Amino acid sequence: MSASSAARTPASEALFDPRLARRKLSGTVFLSACLLAIAVLLLALLLLLIDVLTKGVPFLDLDFLGGVPSRIPARAGILPALVGSLEISVIVGVTAFPIGVAAAIYLVEYAPDTFITRLLRTNIANLAGVPSIIYGIFGLAVFVRALHLGYSLMAGALTLVLLILPVVIIASMEALRAVPDSQREGAYALGATRWQVIRGAVLPSAAPGIMTGIILAMSRAIGETAPLILVGAVTFVTFLPTPLENGYTVLPIQVYQWATRPQADFQAIAAATIIVVLVLMLLLNLLALVVRARLSRHVSW
Amino acid sequence: MTSASRPLTRRVPPSERLVEALLFLAASVGVITTVGIVLVLVAEALDFFRAVNPIDFLTGTVWSASIEPFRFGVIPLVVGTLDIAVIGLLVAIPLGLLAAVYLAEYASLRTRNIIKPVLETIAGVPTIVLGFFALNFITPRLLKPLFGSDIGTFNVLAGGLVVGLLVTPLIASLSEDALRAVPRGLREGAYAMGATKWEVVRKVAFPAALSGIMASVILAMSRAMGETMAVVLATGMNPQLSLDPRQSVQTMTAFIVQISSGDTPQGSIQFKSLFAVALVLFGLTLGLNVISNRIVARFRNRYS
Repeated sequence: MSASSAARTPASEALFDPRLARRKLSGTVFLSACLLAIAVLLLALLLLLIDVLTKGVPFLDLDFLGGVPSRIPARAGILPALVGSLEISVIVGVTAFPIGVAAAIYLVEYAPDTFITRLLRTNIANLAGVPSIIYGIFGLAVFVRALHLGYSLMAGALTLVLLILPVVIIASMEALRAVPDSQREGAYALGATRWQVIRGAVLPSAAPGIMTGIILAMSRAIGETAPLILVGAVTFVTFLPTPLENGYTVLPIQVYQWATRPQADFQAIAAATIIVVLVLMLLLNLLALVVRARLSRHVSW
Repeated sequence: MTSASRPLTRRVPPSERLVEALLFLAASVGVITTVGIVLVLVAEALDFFRAVNPIDFLTGTVWSASIEPFRFGVIPLVVGTLDIAVIGLLVAIPLGLLAAVYLAEYASLRTRNIIKPVLETIAGVPTIVLGFFALNFITPRLLKPLFGSDIGTFNVLAGGLVVGLLVTPLIASLSEDALRAVPRGLREGAYAMGATKWEVVRKVAFPAALSGIMASVILAMSRAMGETMAVVLATGMNPQLSLDPRQSVQTMTAFIVQISSGDTPQGSIQFKSLFAVALVLFGLTLGLNVISNRIVARFRNRYS
């Protein structure tokens, strides 16, 4: 033992590099590469925004927001798509909220550590990775055909509910897990039943995180396109959609329709529609911040 | 939740049981969805395989669903999908990992608070917007000047670039988590041996986080293969077997969009082929997700 530890092995000899300045220089080179990568990402985002804004802003006026689609780009408007997107977003939020939160409560507060529970958890992680277009195919088979909803806005909204449910569940589970056990134990000590503990002590503390998750999921639903193509978001709709009637469109579908036309004016109104989508998403993100701040005032741990 | 925070009483009122049953029902929606997806895809694909031999489908190298003679060999669509995913990863791995290392090892809290929102914004941009960007900016303004007329309006390179941009935040955020999970003690040990910061990152932190980083890359691959609208707008709908990134191909997702947004009748063989293609896509992405989750689960236990 003593012989081998006293003598330096050839391997450690090879690892030791006395040229400190050189070693520090390679570190600086690496750090520059990191900063370059971040600059590239920032630049890409900036170019995207500049491209969309310069093309779209000239077409963005009240006639555009309040008008209906037209074969003449200068006369075209997005009101049916705007109303469709808002309706879908609200239905998605209202439906995904109870199911998602209930599922998260079960998985965090009730579920015993059994095979079935592990299956439920793994399944949610895997569902979050299923391509969105696959949900569209499922929505076509179940909501459009089997439940006879037809190509209605409701069929589209329910398809998106399934798509964002894993996101809502995961966000709600994180919010519930962040509530310390002392909060629960305090309520039990006062004689509360399990459901009373959850309703009175756990949910209020988890509410900021849960609400943030729901609002961000609604924001994601506004930007979704691919699954809605399968459940019939048709592209030329000149009337305002109602949930159960056949025929609706949403903003991203309108973007898709116009972006595939070669004429520059159609590209420009596609860009203008993108601006509306991005503004809606931005507003929802701001709403999430406000809701989070307001609800957090009551959480004191 | 620990057993200490369970109620001591054994009497559970019926209303409490009802609540628990309802909550369990909600938690099962995910499993019902998964089973439903598999059943729908398999049932409809079997219908398709009554008309087309599954071996011919999986090994055929010609895909022609809209022009006679109809041929249903899925290889061109799978290769088209892989073309996009590989170029996407060539972009996203260096960008995402450099960003992750910077965020986990170098960035101060202030710079982190600037960079994180940028990454989250990129991740939140609807993919159709990235497709628009590819078609309107990347191809005409960046690629045309570089390649001249050799490059088409729709091409693999533009699709790969935007898909790479799209999955970069995923790699960056998951790899950052993996790097942060490496215990401080490992780094401090290396510093005590006289290592520089870069040597600690390269020889200690990065190798220790490697499995988590691998998992993020696999997940990004799955995400890239399932990406739809960005690819439809950037790369087009030309189902040819090609490795030339300047040409247009068709991915599996783009084919599904083409069939479902056209006026293809629902009972036709073309429409049925959609389900067989979707089954292949579902199988491939699910396989990658399962591998990635397994790696993460194993990694989580290592340092706790």
